[in-house]
Amino acid sequence: MTTISRRTILKGAGAGIAASSLPFASILPAAAAPNGVLVGVHGETINSLDLHRTGTNRPSYQVAVNCYDRLVTFGLKTLEDGSLSYDYATINPDIAESWEISEDGTLYTFTLRDDVKFQDGKPVTAADVKWSFDRAVTVGGFPTVQMKAGGLERPDQFEAVDDKTFVIKLDRASKLTLPDLAVPVPFILNSEVAKAHATADDPWALEYVHKNTIGSGAFKVVRWDPGQQLVYERNDNWHGELPGVKRLILREVPSQATRRALIERGDVQLSFNIPNKDAKELADGGLTVYSTPIENAIQVVGLNTNFEPFTDPDVRKAIAYAIPYEEIFQTAAYGRGNKMWGGPEKATEPVWPQPSPYYTDLDKAREFLAKSKFADGFEVPFSIDLDQVDWMEPTALLIIENLAKLGITASLEKIPGANWRTASLVEKRLPLHLENFGGWLNYPDYYFFWAYQDGHLFNSSNYQNDEIEQLVDETLYLPTDDPEWAPKILRMIEIAFEDIPRIPLWQPALNVASNGADGYAYWFHRQLDARTLSPADS
Amino acid sequence: MERLRSILVRVAQAIPVVVGVVIISFVLTRALPGDPAVYFAGAAADEASIAEIRAELGLDQPLPIQFLYYVKELATGDLGQSLSTGQPVLSDLSRRLPASLELTIVALLISCCVAVPLGVLAATRPGSWVDHVCRVLVTTGVSMPTFFTGILLIYVFYYLVGWAPSPLGRLDFMYIEPDRVTGFYLIDAALAGDWETWLAALKQLALPALTLALFTMAPIARMTRAAMLAALSSDFIRTARAAGLTRSKVLYTYALRNALLPVVTTLGMVFSFTLGANVLVEKVFAWPGIGSYAVEALVASDYAAVQGFVLAMALLFVALNLVIDIAYAAIDPRIGFENQ
Repeated sequence: MTTISRRTILKGAGAGIAASSLPFASILPAAAAPNGVLVGVHGETINSLDLHRTGTNRPSYQVAVNCYDRLVTFGLKTLEDGSLSYDYATINPDIAESWEISEDGTLYTFTLRDDVKFQDGKPVTAADVKWSFDRAVTVGGFPTVQMKAGGLERPDQFEAVDDKTFVIKLDRASKLTLPDLAVPVPFILNSEVAKAHATADDPWALEYVHKNTIGSGAFKVVRWDPGQQLVYERNDNWHGELPGVKRLILREVPSQATRRALIERGDVQLSFNIPNKDAKELADGGLTVYSTPIENAIQVVGLNTNFEPFTDPDVRKAIAYAIPYEEIFQTAAYGRGNKMWGGPEKATEPVWPQPSPYYTDLDKAREFLAKSKFADGFEVPFSIDLDQVDWMEPTALLIIENLAKLGITASLEKIPGANWRTASLVEKRLPLHLENFGGWLNYPDYYFFWAYQDGHLFNSSNYQNDEIEQLVDETLYLPTDDPEWAPKILRMIEIAFEDIPRIPLWQPALNVASNGADGYAYWFHRQLDARTLSPADS
Repeated sequence: MERLRSILVRVAQAIPVVVGVVIISFVLTRALPGDPAVYFAGAAADEASIAEIRAELGLDQPLPIQFLYYVKELATGDLGQSLSTGQPVLSDLSRRLPASLELTIVALLISCCVAVPLGVLAATRPGSWVDHVCRVLVTTGVSMPTFFTGILLIYVFYYLVGWAPSPLGRLDFMYIEPDRVTGFYLIDAALAGDWETWLAALKQLALPALTLALFTMAPIARMTRAAMLAALSSDFIRTARAAGLTRSKVLYTYALRNALLPVVTTLGMVFSFTLGANVLVEKVFAWPGIGSYAVEALVASDYAAVQGFVLAMALLFVALNLVIDIAYAAIDPRIGFENQ
């Protein structure tokens, strides 16, 4: 009886069946693709369906992208290698049909499309947008911080004028506002459903949205087994161009070796965020592997200026010349990503990241060290994160080997992942360490704001420079076409390379292997966007 | 009646153990490195949002107060929320514990079915080729790390030959899990009469169970062999033989029955360390069990999850020891509870 009923369900796959008895439209994995079903694997756990909830981790951000809409979205472009990437330079309408920005840049008036409906059929109104934005700036934690980056800080800045008109009032004009509306955080929820599930203790319905998707997006989550899988089903009433995939089953497989066997055998069509080594070998083996350099991100060596030898710029330069860049790039990154060393003496383009003027030259390194008080070398612990050993360990070992040639004794110190953020970013107490930061908003000034300004989170080097402080403050909100912007950015980069508190190594790549899935697009949030995916043979 | 009373006394004796576990697990998790508030505040969290999260998790309270809250919630059956999965710990455990137990028990069954006869065979012919084969087999099994055996089996049976299904957890994605009764898929599917799902679950189970079975065979086979040798050289066997009893009667009724006692003890120990050894196997086969859960929780300093795991394991072992004690008495009536 059970068997028969399941078969019937399998055939009649579609909406309206309770998630607890979710049907899977395929009988065999090989037959999965023609039915519009794709199976993907990744190594991480999705721990919530609600990005606004406390403790929601990065892999969960994709739910906000796939199941919800925003006012605006980034465009798509085709990269040189033929793969798709989001286009930072283009901002397209999503559920906002159009928008006007006041002369002084502080008043944004959005007109919403009138054909957009939530998945329960209720039209999306400005009141929903207002409620969702209020939620994002009120719940605290990461969403609130990210909203703040675009100048969106308080509920009184948002107003639903009528059903179709939504207004944002800013305290100051900022080039970051519009792109910040296109990141995953300001997603729009069905406020009526949410309010129906809100309680006095939980006015923002965090518990309900944690387990249910109530958006107007391209997909809805029909099944979520934490620690095991997430199943997306296409919303056929979506306002955008319908995705080619009807159902995406995303399985969590912790072991890299198993993930690799699955994709090689073709039992899964996508393996997301694979290690550099696998990326290289799978690509050599003829599989399609996308390796997109992660915008606005670099792997760096951090030299903490609060610690004695590193207070001296000559010591920092000595180390920058002692690093075996090429070897590290080949060993730790398997040549995937972009090199960030051996650049021109003086930066000419206002782009970030860009290659530093440093390269491997032990004689130069010795010269600089001789100029400092530490000509005979010193001892220092070199800290790495146990959660990121795949790139940190080979990198650190190669650097330690070369530092030994200068008489600097560095000892490897591995810090457990749970402690790493506290030690490196919050307490900033690691003298010599590895670090990587990538900002969502792809501007040099935004990167410098987080990583070079005094006291800011990703400034793990405790770097402090008055001119940088001033330059970042001046450029952060300035439009990039302002004549003052580019020269100031160039000056900023010049100081960063001269003072070198963070030594750029390389720009990492996000690796995704595909065996039967088309339309993969890279996104700055480094999560899977199912909206462009389709089975290869359909 | 007497027996029941003494079993109840044994159960009562477990209470201080559980209380101790509650205290120790609480203190130990607090001694873990790392600050969960920082870890879960997210990538771009500033100090204010970290403080908010700390307050929300109650981590800004002094330790004794936190402990009181913990005990109070425990008394109402609430193990707290896991940060890393975003679910209540109790529901995580109740979903994952059966997965681990099913895997472990099937592995032990396979292991026993091979190891006990092998041990008996080796003991009856010490120094023969059977003995050597037995030795080589169990030594290889135990000397290979489980994750290695697991990957090797996947490579051969899934990747090269293609006999095994994709190593994607307890069921391939086109099957629906059976209605939950015990949480053991094999039992639940059988109860529902859904033999197709039953077979699918068995197929998924085969490789990981085999991996674990290879690992656990050695102690069981060695112990069976040693105990059988001891039994076979003892006086009562000589007497039995002298009395002209048949070989099989001597072997199975007298020798094996006496040799079983140490084997059961070993089984208990093996069961506990197999649950621990599960971790790597679960990772390799994407098995949604309790071992991989505990490791994830430890890495993230996820207090509630770690505490819940330790508590669940403690209860399990208390129960297991009780079962072994009772099994002793069943095997050898001379062993009672009086002296304990």
